Amino acid sequence: MADEVKLHGVTGSPFVCRAVIALNLKGINYEFVAEDFSNKSADLLKYNPVYKKVPVLLHNGNPILESLVIVEYIDEVWKGVPILPQDAYEKAQARFWAKFMDDKCDPAIFKVISSHGEEQAVAEAHEALQFLENELKVKGNKYFGGDNINLVDIAAISIAYWIGAAEEALGIEVLSKHKFPKLTEWSDNYVNCQAVKDSLPPIENLVAFLKKRFSKAE
Amino acid sequence: MDDDDDVILLDLWVSVFGQRVRIALAEKGVHYENREENPQNKTPLLLEMNPVHKKIPVLIHQGKPVCESNIIVQYIDEAWHQSPSLLPSDPYLRAQARLWADFVDKKVYEAGKKIWRTEGGEQVAKKEELIEVLKVLEGQLGEKPYLVGGSFGLADIALIPFSVWFHAFGKMNIERECPKLAAWVNRCMEREAVSKSLPHPHKIYEFDQKKKKNGQ
Repeated sequence: MADEVKLHGVTGSPFVCRAVIALNLKGINYEFVAEDFSNKSADLLKYNPVYKKVPVLLHNGNPILESLVIVEYIDEVWKGVPILPQDAYEKAQARFWAKFMDDKCDPAIFKVISSHGEEQAVAEAHEALQFLENELKVKGNKYFGGDNINLVDIAAISIAYWIGAAEEALGIEVLSKHKFPKLTEWSDNYVNCQAVKDSLPPIENLVAFLKKRFSKAE
Repeated sequence: MDDDDDVILLDLWVSVFGQRVRIALAEKGVHYENREENPQNKTPLLLEMNPVHKKIPVLIHQGKPVCESNIIVQYIDEAWHQSPSLLPSDPYLRAQARLWADFVDKKVYEAGKKIWRTEGGEQVAKKEELIEVLKVLEGQLGEKPYLVGGSFGLADIALIPFSVWFHAFGKMNIERECPKLAAWVNRCMEREAVSKSLPHPHKIYEFDQKKKKNGQ
């Protein structure tokens, strides 16, 4: 019996993008169910009554919630390209940095975008980004996962793509090459990986989406 | 990896997050050295081992640090293979375990914090908020003995330390509002690893009173 895989999401969300990257990395066929924040589908509310958010992965009718939980689930169910390291200690490190993205980086990036680059918000985002910059510097690898992308790279998609789109949409600067040379280099490599390229919304669409959502005129 | 040697836990007796790790280590029968940290005077070791957050708990295994309590619990399960398993073997149930452990962090901890920081009428409202959160967990528990699958694991470990705080603050009436969860608390407390890892509610109450007296 063939697997039935559906992903409920919106293309403007970096959290949904994490799940899309994982699915594409494993070469999984799935159906994308586009949600509308102002009119959430009955299915979304049924499968995620607790948070009512995207992404929601449905695997043979079973719902999996929260982007990082979804990515780990995808890695455990489908073999092929590994997303998490095998070693218990390396796995714990990967989970730590992925959680750091969720708890510190993404909220800080969101604050920068929603405040249109307010000084304090940018300073806080820089503080968070500096930890990741140092991690890349210390390890000296192409990706957080080493020679290949892993859970941390997937978790950090908002840095590689959403920051740039927001900078263009709102006329702000967040990730300067001068201040964050390693992250800039990592971003350039990362968005050009095939699985990642296939997962990203076209930049002009994302810029338009961010302009509309965060426009000061509204 | 069955090496029990060289396991250090940087901890704080009152921390629910530290208690999670203590429970996991006790469940696995891992011998370790517990080092009590003082949040007002953090040791150089803590700052070196957790430079990002500078917080406990930190598990140091053969000199290498693991941080973040739910991540440490999963690490303990993966580094020490003896039973019991702290996560189910089925990937879907594992995802559920992670989801509910994360829910405890996002909802129970946040709701709980508001109660400890308020008084009087405002506190009553915050207690009601927490009860609503606990009702969601009551729903997840259903007729099962534990939160996910049939065995005690990550999600239970994430939640059970909070039960001491509910008890310490009394008048929460968990038994009436969430009877299944109340029964689950008793079931978990029957496990030696849990009961010996958690402080008595009276100590928590004393600790909180002292903090309030000191204006914290």
